[in-house]
Amino acid sequence: MTSEKDIEQDPGAGEAVPEGTSEGASKAPEPGSGSDAGDATSELTEAKTDADAPDTGAETAEAAAPDEPEAALPDTEDETPQSADREGQDAPADDEASDEGDDESDSEGDEAGPEEEVERTRVTALYGLHQELGARFTAFAGYEMPLQFKAGILTEHKHTRAAASLFDVSHMGQAFIRLRDGGDHEEVAQALERLVPGDLVGLAPGRVRYTLLLNEQGGIVDDLLVTRPQGEENEGLLFLVVNASRKEVDFDMIDESLEDGIDLIPALDRSLLALQGPKAEAVLASLVPEVEAMRFLSATTARIGTMDCIISRTGYTGEDGFEISVRHPDAEPLARLLLGFDDVMPAGLGARDSLRLEAGLCLYGEDMDESTSPIEADLAWTIGRRRKESADFPGSKRILKELAEGPARVRVGLMSQGRVPARAGAKIQSSEGAEIGVVTSGCFGPTAERPVAMGFVQPSFAAPGTELNVEVRGRLHPVTVTELPFVPHQYKRTVSKASTDAA
Amino acid sequence: MTETKFTKQHEWVRLEGEEAVVGITAHAAEQLGDVVFVELPELGKAVAQFKEAAVVESVKAASEVYAPLSGEISAVNEALVEEPAKVNESPEDAGWFLKIKPTNLDELAGLMDGAAYEAYLKELDQ
Repeated sequence: MTSEKDIEQDPGAGEAVPEGTSEGASKAPEPGSGSDAGDATSELTEAKTDADAPDTGAETAEAAAPDEPEAALPDTEDETPQSADREGQDAPADDEASDEGDDESDSEGDEAGPEEEVERTRVTALYGLHQELGARFTAFAGYEMPLQFKAGILTEHKHTRAAASLFDVSHMGQAFIRLRDGGDHEEVAQALERLVPGDLVGLAPGRVRYTLLLNEQGGIVDDLLVTRPQGEENEGLLFLVVNASRKEVDFDMIDESLEDGIDLIPALDRSLLALQGPKAEAVLASLVPEVEAMRFLSATTARIGTMDCIISRTGYTGEDGFEISVRHPDAEPLARLLLGFDDVMPAGLGARDSLRLEAGLCLYGEDMDESTSPIEADLAWTIGRRRKESADFPGSKRILKELAEGPARVRVGLMSQGRVPARAGAKIQSSEGAEIGVVTSGCFGPTAERPVAMGFVQPSFAAPGTELNVEVRGRLHPVTVTELPFVPHQYKRTVSKASTDAA
Repeated sequence: MTETKFTKQHEWVRLEGEEAVVGITAHAAEQLGDVVFVELPELGKAVAQFKEAAVVESVKAASEVYAPLSGEISAVNEALVEEPAKVNESPEDAGWFLKIKPTNLDELAGLMDGAAYEAYLKELDQ
């Protein structure tokens, strides 16, 4: 049998988070959260000086001493403390040299001289831990990431919906946008609004918005989360989390668009963990009681021990959960701490993909690309009302036209009636045998207990309940257009009065 | 002969009377991960050595199962339809896929025995 095939198909951690299931909303530390104040300022100062320095070139030694939480931050050019030089087949060339202080990662090819072009695969700060946990790895977006752990994808998936799973999503791109000389939120929000259709000016402090970077043709460049931090000292600051596979493209685009006086600062010194599932709140609340008061799409900073965390109530699984941004040296201690809870199991990208697909969430690069408009992607809701009226976002002409007249194709959910999964690329036929669409992602849904897929169809075939066929290995298999999500979302949209009045 | 033989594509085959029982090896099952669906051929179908005979799907992708011998499909393991996980639980026994009435037993000579397969796996690891 072909044993390599399944390893090549990466689920990818690309995120697209409709209804704000967000991926890693983070924000700058805010003062008042213990001793974060100093860190916030120094972090941003450090980050600022690196604003012009792209993340190529020299590496420093490992990130700063972990037992000095308020020490000056490491040079943020250092991508990860454990970048390994590995000859990876799927990895794009990476300009960063190896990390001097690294002795934990599996580094091959250290003999490669500076002139040699060695394809390097990056790893996150949790690579060593992943190995320890018996992960099976896969290449994704230039990173060597766990596809699954010992339990396997089915178990990891089901465990997420029953209890809590911990995902490493550090490969995603985190960044700040900041007004160099200070200023107000409106100014920085308006700057970014030039690239997105969402209402950012109206974003409240401590809140997260899911939105889309658009190109001039009205196509989606990426989907991302934008957070407005709380606190006066963070006025004029935004925090972004973008897809791993798009971070270079995104940051270039944003950087070019920002005028003088506004900087994009990649947060290269940060890792990102996602804790997802019905038990996530209980687990995290035992460490940070205030998370109980957070509702979906909010963000805060908190301290766990000596670790400064940026916590958002967001995710990519459809379950309630949190995404936690920490500096690289804290990633492993935090991961171990969370994994120490009985309810928490590690989960890889395989389960992440089946979870998000059941939740009806898009994966950039599969369910949408630069040719896809928000209307085609069924993401019209991301266009803010004010924005619609001013038509002041890229590609507004096409987008508003599609909104009025309908797009040429539209994303729908497809549920298989049988057991044969329909996968990306499979053709969709009407019951009359006309080819009317294509599958963009599909897998077996462990919770749905049947194959689930998403794809584009001509709008006249998009009504839920429409019976269609997908072509798999030369045969037709029946599918039904199904409303998304396939599995209901469990977001915590309201908090009980007893919990709080904040958030 | 009841010795189990192996293919480079990680199928195993074992003669039981006039039929050859076929499945995927433990190594293959492990690489595949959780099996969620198995597509079995129709009875009577002619298969050629090393050509596709069945399909096994994991959560993430489909993989082909190739016939170790040429012949005619004489039986399929219906149990896998309802319980595809059997392939992971018992790949070289209860998780068998199909049986072939072989047309050319000489083809067995071209397959690996247990020791050769083990050595082959080691080679792949490097």
